[in-house]
Amino acid sequence: MPKPTAIEDLPIARAPGQWGDYVQLMKPRVMSLVVFTAFVGLICSGVPMNPVLAAVDIFCIAVGAGASAAFNMWYDADIDSVMRRTAGRPVPAGKVQGADALALGVVLTLLSVMLLGMTANWLAAGLLAFTIFFYAVVYTMWLKRWTAQNIVIGGLAGALPPVIGWAAAAGETPANAWLLVLIIFLWTPPHFWALSLYTSQDYAKAGVPMMPVVKGAKSTRLQVLVYSLILIPVCVAPFFTGLGGLAYLAVSGLGGGVFLLLAWRLYRSHAGEGADPRNTPELYDVKAGATDARNLFAFSILYLFAMFATLAVERLLGLTL
Amino acid sequence: MTDQPTFPEPRKPLTPAEQEAARVAQRKRNIAIAIGLVGFIILIYLVTVLKMGGAIANRPL
Repeated sequence: MPKPTAIEDLPIARAPGQWGDYVQLMKPRVMSLVVFTAFVGLICSGVPMNPVLAAVDIFCIAVGAGASAAFNMWYDADIDSVMRRTAGRPVPAGKVQGADALALGVVLTLLSVMLLGMTANWLAAGLLAFTIFFYAVVYTMWLKRWTAQNIVIGGLAGALPPVIGWAAAAGETPANAWLLVLIIFLWTPPHFWALSLYTSQDYAKAGVPMMPVVKGAKSTRLQVLVYSLILIPVCVAPFFTGLGGLAYLAVSGLGGGVFLLLAWRLYRSHAGEGADPRNTPELYDVKAGATDARNLFAFSILYLFAMFATLAVERLLGLTL
Repeated sequence: MTDQPTFPEPRKPLTPAEQEAARVAQRKRNIAIAIGLVGFIILIYLVTVLKMGGAIANRPL
């Protein structure tokens, strides 16, 4: 899908941009998830580090994530302006000029990559630069408006922070580091499609080819189930590779059972198939099966957090290899 | 000819209250940038000292 509206055509608000609007450009909530997963990667490497240098490494990865978000806010301002969930973002709301968001992205990219290269090593810096490029160019500019597989392939950008953290600490990226990447990569489709099943009208309005918009709700629910079936064995795998201990096996196994149950319930529901006739067909009204989609979406966040937190705690307590 | 070029309407000049709000916002943004720059300088200083570590004394005099 071509980019429909020039950013320059968006409205300019009369209220001046506050410094907090520039912070919002960096999507602080997404940054917090990146910080957490990168920190777990760094801890799991098992390499002792100076705590200040470790904090600077994590800071660089967070700033790199902020740079990706600023690029995304700049490029996607046209579709953000027509979706209710994103219309209040600084660029579509007219608080910050698109060019300023772009400039922020460029400056933060240069600072974060160079500082990580000097503080840690150039393998970690290169991986960070690749992540920013993949999110800003491959996902935002290319995949998002072109294919329903956008978040499957684009999910790689969100999955890479653990391997950057690992590389920053150890200077290498062993198979266990990539196993963490694979977990987040396979976790992204069921997580995101569960969300899109109850916000798909928003995406349809913006012309974004999300899976429920292109293939329909039934096909999306089936794909959520299939990805969940592939995801859970991969989540348990770190126990067998020596990365996780018994506590991790319990969390990933039991949590995986709940995940599969919720994915099955979602598959059997009518989520994404239009409004409940008892409600007015407004965007965020309760729709058929929406509870099942929300349950899986919410639990997927808890599941990923619990697994990564367990890995970090086990490693810090010396309960694994 | 129907396809006449269209031009955006000129923006209305800011009212005194809006001008004052813009000045205050700009001042706050400038302070935020200053804090960010000072923080960055401190960060580079710390990283330099920590990376050099004890090796700074390990050089021919």
